[in-house]
Amino acid sequence: MNVHTTDIAIIGAGPCGLFAVFEAGLLGLKCHLIDSLPLPGGQLTEIYPKKPIYDIPGLPSILASELVSNLMKQIAPFKPEFTLGETVVDLKRQTEEFELVTNQGTLIRSKVIAIAAGLGNFEPRKPLIDDITKFENKGIDYIIPDPEKYRNKKLVISGGGDSALDWAIFLTDIAKSVSLIHRRTEFRGAPESVNKVKQLVQSGKIELITNAEVKELSGSTHLESVKIHTDDGTVIEKALDYFIPLFGLVPKLGPIADWGLKLNKSAIEVNTFDYSTNIPGIFAIGDINTYEGKLKLILCGFHEATLMVQSAYKIIHNGKDPSFKYTTVTGIKELS
Amino acid sequence: MDKLITLHITDRNDVIHEFEIPADCGFNLMEICKSAELGVMGTCGGLALCGSCQVYIQSDHVLHLPSDEELDMLDTLFHVNDTSRLACQIKVNESIDGIKFKIAPDQ
Repeated sequence: MNVHTTDIAIIGAGPCGLFAVFEAGLLGLKCHLIDSLPLPGGQLTEIYPKKPIYDIPGLPSILASELVSNLMKQIAPFKPEFTLGETVVDLKRQTEEFELVTNQGTLIRSKVIAIAAGLGNFEPRKPLIDDITKFENKGIDYIIPDPEKYRNKKLVISGGGDSALDWAIFLTDIAKSVSLIHRRTEFRGAPESVNKVKQLVQSGKIELITNAEVKELSGSTHLESVKIHTDDGTVIEKALDYFIPLFGLVPKLGPIADWGLKLNKSAIEVNTFDYSTNIPGIFAIGDINTYEGKLKLILCGFHEATLMVQSAYKIIHNGKDPSFKYTTVTGIKELS
Repeated sequence: MDKLITLHITDRNDVIHEFEIPADCGFNLMEICKSAELGVMGTCGGLALCGSCQVYIQSDHVLHLPSDEELDMLDTLFHVNDTSRLACQIKVNESIDGIKFKIAPDQ
């Protein structure tokens, strides 16, 4: 089992979680960030990386992806640890500390937890097919952690966006066969990907079925075949090893809802003194929290992170107050 | 006095809500649904990037055509039909007075 010990475990590696590392680092506190997405940045990376943000103080305009890479640079001296692509599924209070466990079995121990989970957990958008949950991880994958799994396998991919197109292209070199199922005739992915798919269809490397949807699944323990219904009423049965629906991700609150935190409409209620929750030692910052006058803005989350770490310091150092210093005076002291 | 327009919104439990709002309030239909707590998340804040505000237009109002971004998103969603639109892309103004729409199921 992968075990980590840190001062503050931060659930969510979006902008507020990342900036909390900086403010904690100024106080000499180490952080470990956990995020279900494979890359840091949260919504900025997943939803709008190429959109400009205009309300970050001192930055008249910055692309969301640039803000994330700047934050990563800003926190680098404090050497945060990351567990990415894993979801926190369990939180337990031990006598002196908390224990967080991810869906991959990683264990993180810390005295303080900061929930900076934004909109919650990004989960795959699942097609509306009966029995789909029965075959999850038994022939149905919504994400592709390791393409080698599909070597010499028969694949059916559905979806019409960039991720469906890019994976269909990539997997033609690995899989035995790739069928791409799309609900419309036109693809709305990046033009170069659309052209590449068209070439691969012409050369027979991708079988393309348009105006069609996978509607039925069958198999005993593992998925064995799917039935594809086309708009003209034809039903095509296809034997396969894996069905990979790629329809993007949607945020869900997920396991956070089960930890005994006081919630108000899917947001965690906090005390605006230090953004503490009803559970001592657990704080919530950024879009996931709520209080009177709350605005879901990155800049507000940065402020929340700053105040939060002051109280976190006291908990970690048994009631001792942190000494407040300006970075202009002290500079940045790297953590080991 | 500001001109008021009426919206008829059917929520996910088929309950119809009627709202009178100023035509120049500057909101879009996602923001109206969100502030009325009708279960619309409006996750991306109105960028047509999350698809959480899909609605079905039920009246015969002629709306502007969806942008490429809106079509991209509608392409990845489920429960989509010919009347599907993203509420965040429809601004409140006098031309939508009396509009009827239904909130699509959660994704």
